[in-house]
Amino acid sequence: MPSLRFHIRFPEQKIKEPIIYQIGHEYKVVTNVRRADVRETTGWMDVELTGETGEIERAVDGLRKKGVLVDPIELNVVE
Amino acid sequence: MAKMKALICRECGKEYPTKAIHVCELCFGPLEVKYNYEEIKQNISRKKIESGPHSMWRYIDLLPVEGAPSVGPHAGFTPMVRAKNLGAFLGLDELYIKNDTVNHPTLSFKDRVVAVALTRARELGFETVACASTGNLANSVAAHAAAAGMRCYVFIPGDLEAAKVLGNLIYKPNVVEVEGNYDDVNRLCSEIAGEHKWAFVNINIRPYYAEGSKTLAFETVEQLGWRAPDQVVIPMASGSLLTKIKKGLQEMETLGLIGKVKTKINGAQAEGCSPISTAFKEGRDFFRPVKPKTIAKSLAIGNPADGYYALKATAETGGAMDMVSDEEVVEGIKLLAQTEGIFAETAGGVTIGVLQKLVKQGIIKKGDVTVAYITGNGLKTQEAVIDAVGRPVRIQPSLVNFEKTFKMGKNGGADA
Repeated sequence: MPSLRFHIRFPEQKIKEPIIYQIGHEYKVVTNVRRADVRETTGWMDVELTGETGEIERAVDGLRKKGVLVDPIELNVVE
Repeated sequence: MAKMKALICRECGKEYPTKAIHVCELCFGPLEVKYNYEEIKQNISRKKIESGPHSMWRYIDLLPVEGAPSVGPHAGFTPMVRAKNLGAFLGLDELYIKNDTVNHPTLSFKDRVVAVALTRARELGFETVACASTGNLANSVAAHAAAAGMRCYVFIPGDLEAAKVLGNLIYKPNVVEVEGNYDDVNRLCSEIAGEHKWAFVNINIRPYYAEGSKTLAFETVEQLGWRAPDQVVIPMASGSLLTKIKKGLQEMETLGLIGKVKTKINGAQAEGCSPISTAFKEGRDFFRPVKPKTIAKSLAIGNPADGYYALKATAETGGAMDMVSDEEVVEGIKLLAQTEGIFAETAGGVTIGVLQKLVKQGIIKKGDVTVAYITGNGLKTQEAVIDAVGRPVRIQPSLVNFEKTFKMGKNGGADA
């Protein structure tokens, strides 16, 4: 089963929302948080999503629609 | 025992074999090369380095390759220019310009990192190399791949100006225009690097690639007569260059090649893309990603992979960070050209602009031995200064007209 790794950032107004839980229920993906730093006004998580490739794509779109920012684990690679 | 011990996670410290991997499987932290310094110490000396090749490979004992360099044999060992005129203008007694505008073969510091990346890629058995880049990195990868006879893919956003692509096409790599913006290219390249057995220089080969930047620190120390400077000013894109110059200086100390390093590491960004400098000035240990909007395109990385580590490195050394406007970038380019005869690309304007600010603020002092890193050639970003350099003086083709225009007397001419 394919796995992809992402760096997810939460804007201040989204920090209290259980977005990772919701994504795991709304899409057929397993969410696995490996590293995170969530503070009062900012937060990020390094997350692995496991599932069918198309379903991971839909889950990423779903995350973006919920207002969080999704980047590859490497952040910017265009130099 | 080999000089490379392992790849080590910068976050949790877990070690991995020295293969083409870049992310810790445990915590997803970035990996970097861990060396066997005790072993290296037995084999390295000032004398040995000085008798080495006239390139960055004279420091091969501290680079992450197992054999001889097979790609980029002429990269590095660029001039360290004693910048007396610029120093006098800024009020610095001992200012140096580390001049990578003349790095071989593609006139930017990227030739250092790419030479290491492709040499290592070959050692690991790769025949295809790739990168995601809009400028200097693509140039360097394409040129080195051509010389090494390796297949090459360069990924660029579909909305990039044609002129930027041209410099790559001459080397005949596969230039892939991705329909989408920077974020789309980022994501696609990350996924391709995971799926295909390619050496993606700034993704799965990144732990090795990034180490090439240390050679700027090694050369600095040697060219200053085996001493570390008091202050350095370094342009920041991903932040990797700054962290590796710090690592390089520390390695010189660890190996006993110089005494205790007290160099203050200063970082420079353009205002239109300054996530790291802004975080530093606001006293934060994390940066907020930005959408870049600056003429300093080679530094326009809005979500820098090494931003956190650059902040840490600068803070640890008691250095500073600052940023300059696009106007100040152009002024910086002109100032360097008109005082030292060095034509830098926009990143060089950022470095000189920030250097000037740090001197004015009293952070860099008159007597400090200071090195500014100029990482790319101005011929690559001529559009940035085209409206700021004036026009030629037009005259009729007669001696009288020439002498009149330049007010020629017995003692020579004046400016028109």
